[in-house]
Amino acid sequence: MADIKQLKDPVSRRRFLAVGGGSTALAAFLAACGDDSGTTTNDTTAAMGSGGGASETAQFGKGDVGILNYALTLEYLETAFYADVVKSGLFKGAELETIRKFGREEAEHVQALTAAVKQLGGKPAPEPKAEFPLKSAKSVLELAGTVENLGAAAYLGQAANIQSPEVLASALAIHSVEGRHAAVLNTLLGESITPDGAFAKPADVKTVLKSVEPFLVG
Amino acid sequence: MNEKLKTPELAAVEVDVEGGDLSRSDVILKGALAAGAIYGSTMVSPFVRRALAMSESGDVGILNFALTLEYLEAKFYEEAKSRAKASGELKSLVNLLAEDEQQHVEALAATVKKLGGKPVAEPKFNFDYSDTAGFLKLAQTFEDTGVSAYNGAGPMIKSKEVLAAAGGIVQVEARHAAAIRLQNKEEPAPAAFDSPLGEKQVLKAVEPFIV
Repeated sequence: MADIKQLKDPVSRRRFLAVGGGSTALAAFLAACGDDSGTTTNDTTAAMGSGGGASETAQFGKGDVGILNYALTLEYLETAFYADVVKSGLFKGAELETIRKFGREEAEHVQALTAAVKQLGGKPAPEPKAEFPLKSAKSVLELAGTVENLGAAAYLGQAANIQSPEVLASALAIHSVEGRHAAVLNTLLGESITPDGAFAKPADVKTVLKSVEPFLVG
Repeated sequence: MNEKLKTPELAAVEVDVEGGDLSRSDVILKGALAAGAIYGSTMVSPFVRRALAMSESGDVGILNFALTLEYLEAKFYEEAKSRAKASGELKSLVNLLAEDEQQHVEALAATVKKLGGKPVAEPKFNFDYSDTAGFLKLAQTFEDTGVSAYNGAGPMIKSKEVLAAAGGIVQVEARHAAAIRLQNKEEPAPAAFDSPLGEKQVLKAVEPFIV
């Protein structure tokens, strides 16, 4: 039967040491993590969040707030990206509608995550300034595919680190939508809808932030 | 509710659940406030109700429930290879989905065993369709239901390893759902949030196909 300690503290397995306070600016964090680029993080280790007790997302805030702010930062970038793509005039018809729809959904994710951070008593991460190369429809679709697949992997990488079941439920509800977006873009690009095979792979924070770094301004 | 169940396998999963971790509901209720932030305060109650609808079954029970859904999907696509009259791009998609779902079945069964449980037996299925359109309609139901079932079960999972594995599967289900919806000329990502489904709702959706 169930052990008593577990019943008293059912989330203990998910509890990890949240180190560091306040939210460091994304740019500062990126500069800092450039120093130890020689280290590679194992996918599985990242998914389990077993980084010796330290939180991968501590730079964005403590515990669930940090994870939500990390996700918020990525959703800001996705929202800005789709807004720029819509304005670029590179797409028409059905493809433009898909891009608009995805952009609206990312904006809803931004709103939800912002509200969740506030609800947990945290300070929402600021919107990063970003610029995206918008040369051709093809290159934009490729970038969109990269961004969505990465976004889905980023959520997957954090799922097991989330302490609150409610925050986890919400993150999962977003995670699978990112997966849907990724599959659509892969289809438009003529690529496999499941590039990792039957089991999607997570991405750790460092990998994700390095991938978005080229688009950050200032 | 058991009277309505046509499937001894699924009923067994439910019985299993009895000794589960009841404390989880308490945690979820306490978190209702946070849910308000995500789903809007008017939605807190139905959301919490949905989340609680999943039986408090422990990881083995949840995995066995997922295994039953994956058995259904695996069998559905395996049959579809010869029944769905698919050609070209759709034929490749059917083959891919059949392969993915079979891998999910094997992974879930292995995980149940690893946790010291007994994998639930495969039920017998009956899929009623006669053409490609009928196949696609069912496929969309199964994939969307699968996504919401995993999303509903996720917060009940205790082991980080099991949660990470389930996350890797649900993302693939979401990708399948989007691809099938594209085939159906429907919105591939109809909403910004894939809402969770409780066990009873999932059972209701798949019950007609289990004999």
